Amino acid sequence: MRKVLLATYLGSAAALAVGSASANDELIKMSQNPKDWVMPAGDYANTRYSKLNQINAQNVGKLQVAWTFSTGVLRGHEGGPLIIGNMMYVHTPFPNKVYAIDLSNENKIVWKYEPKQDPNVIPVMCCDTVNRGLAYGDGKIILHQADTNLVALDAKTGQVAWSATNGNPAKGETGTSAALVVKDKVLVGISGGEFGVQCHVTAYDLKTGKQAWRAFSEGPDDQIKVDPAKTTSLGKPVGADSSLKTWQGDQWKIGGGCTWGWMSYDPALNLVYYGSGNPSTWNPKQRPGDNKWSMTIFARDADTGMAKWVYQMTPHDEWDYDGVNEMILSDQQINGQARKLLTHFDRNGLAYTMDRENGELLVAEKYDPKVNWTSGVDMDKNSPTYGRPKVLDAASTDKAGEDHNVKGICPAALGTKDEQPAAYSPDTQLFYVPTNHVCMDYEPFKVSYTAGQPYVGATLSMYPPQGESHMGNFIAWDGKTGKIVWSNKEQFSVWSGALATAGGVVFYGTLEGYLKAVDAKSGKELYKFKTPSGIIGNVTTYENGGKQYVAVLSGVGGWAGIGLAAGLTDPTAGLGAVGGYAALSNYTALGGTLTVFSLPAAN
Amino acid sequence: MRKICSAIAAIIFVASGGIAVAEGPGDPTAVKKEDDGKWLDKDGNPTYKITDGTVDWFTYSGYRRYHSDCHVCHGPDGMGSTYAPALKDSVKSMSYGDFLGVVASGRKNISTAQENVMPAFGDNPNVACYMDDLYVYLRARGDEAWGRQRPSKKEDKTEAYTKAEDACMGKK
Repeated sequence: MRKVLLATYLGSAAALAVGSASANDELIKMSQNPKDWVMPAGDYANTRYSKLNQINAQNVGKLQVAWTFSTGVLRGHEGGPLIIGNMMYVHTPFPNKVYAIDLSNENKIVWKYEPKQDPNVIPVMCCDTVNRGLAYGDGKIILHQADTNLVALDAKTGQVAWSATNGNPAKGETGTSAALVVKDKVLVGISGGEFGVQCHVTAYDLKTGKQAWRAFSEGPDDQIKVDPAKTTSLGKPVGADSSLKTWQGDQWKIGGGCTWGWMSYDPALNLVYYGSGNPSTWNPKQRPGDNKWSMTIFARDADTGMAKWVYQMTPHDEWDYDGVNEMILSDQQINGQARKLLTHFDRNGLAYTMDRENGELLVAEKYDPKVNWTSGVDMDKNSPTYGRPKVLDAASTDKAGEDHNVKGICPAALGTKDEQPAAYSPDTQLFYVPTNHVCMDYEPFKVSYTAGQPYVGATLSMYPPQGESHMGNFIAWDGKTGKIVWSNKEQFSVWSGALATAGGVVFYGTLEGYLKAVDAKSGKELYKFKTPSGIIGNVTTYENGGKQYVAVLSGVGGWAGIGLAAGLTDPTAGLGAVGGYAALSNYTALGGTLTVFSLPAAN
Repeated sequence: MRKICSAIAAIIFVASGGIAVAEGPGDPTAVKKEDDGKWLDKDGNPTYKITDGTVDWFTYSGYRRYHSDCHVCHGPDGMGSTYAPALKDSVKSMSYGDFLGVVASGRKNISTAQENVMPAFGDNPNVACYMDDLYVYLRARGDEAWGRQRPSKKEDKTEAYTKAEDACMGKK
């Protein structure tokens, strides 16, 4: 009976799937229905691509606001809503409210959930109290709260079905990421890289919330779920103690490697993909070794958590280049051969294209020409440093040492891209990437560890690359060749997730608050509208009542809101130079709002 | 006039659930230098000393420590962020004692619109051992005696300072 009701509730597409099928089959089917948006990135492959084409390059210029919704929360709004049948689920930053909105009934709030959380979790969240959104599976909406509680809400009523505690905020462990439902499990990461957390990905039973497996980023082989003989890195078994050997003493216990980015999944290979973040502390001198497996792309078995392959992008990080950004799965031809690919735009400024089946590295190229900490990755399979980036001395904060300020490193710790997810269009076979165009000075110094207290260990200042005043680009990238196809300048970092559609249009938001639509082939701007606040959310599309809608959360904040609110440090200040370092606060103010667009009725 | 203004400000702060605002730190002129390189004003509170672009050690050290542990919330150069106040302004309406109290014990500012929480740093040696450094740097920022840049010329770190720092940080 419950299932019948649920099916009716979720609409016809879901009705076909619900029944004896597992949650996985249900979700795969639902994600193929372009009218819905059932998981954070729209699909398991993290493409953020929609087959909807009612809004296209010819008519997008006529787009107008259909309706708006205030979340009632002022902090930074990352992520985007889920849309399932006639229902939309909207989340907020701390206090992590969830609204269920009936799109077929005047966007009425059907239910609202607001957890009670200890506000002491607020200051242990490194960079604002963001939350990257909800997940859906088996009739439940999954919320990952700031205090790390993972809560399953009945999609129909908002009642708590189960709740699991994923970490301890008193130790600096917090929840910011969206979960991913895979088969009968909910997978979720954890934040706290600036607090010396030993981070992990954990799977919980979708029905009960019981923990199924947990895989740490660093530690002994059993804790990191690595088989020394079978888990490979660049085609070779990793061997015993692959992580422990790369840390001094038991520093791995406070080693970071956090997992707050987006996860993707290949149902055919049964592998989940995600990246791990920076090793703690930011002072590289204090943690000698490669610090494995921080800064690593993981491919893990979805059922057991065992790692099939790993690849560390930035061994012994010296710049806070977290490797958490999304892994986008695509099937393309390389040198005339059909390949199952994984493409990843790393904070370190390199875009990687890999074979997602075996972890072979195919392409590693800079996606911002200003990237200057490395001369590139060693692609010679016979070289002893195969797969390693060559670090240039001038940018090495480890070489310079503690209490030395290294100037002009590009990109800044924000990365050439942070969590803001890129999109991939199978029509153009191009990736659409929101980027930061910011450099930094970085000075490491000694810090001591106290549980639950910041464990940073470096002084930073950030500014645009020398001679330039724009701090962001929105680019189209060819992952097969590793080349920029077109690039649009943006005054501020582009901190919003992109959306590509079959209409030949790509959407993204800007920190000033614009929702922009550009031509997928040329990058030509076709439409822009200024929403009530700066956009750090991700653009979503759905269809309801035969009409296509585009939705985006605005609400400035996050890491972007820290540096840019005041304007970045002007390195020429005091010399009388007038630069283009205008503060974001001159353009926008706080406030969480969902803005939904559609074409005029007469169209 | 200044007193009236700050009295009004204090009332507003109390009404919004914050901590009452005390008198500002007063005349920042440095009158006395201690062995560790710290300058004091006429009331005996730590202050900055900047001569021809050369900053005292505490201003420099405060700049560094600020841009590690504080800027993550309070923005670069004490300028504030989308959710935390500009400390270069906050120090203008706080006494030295208030400043130490807030850094050590934290503070909560909860209104119907926002929940702002500052953690207690009293147990964190990376902050607690450098409170005077942070205060001196922010005081210089508040008075616009130092701008939005990294100090390039500085007085040397003294032996007394190094000794005190090592003891505080638990270094042998």
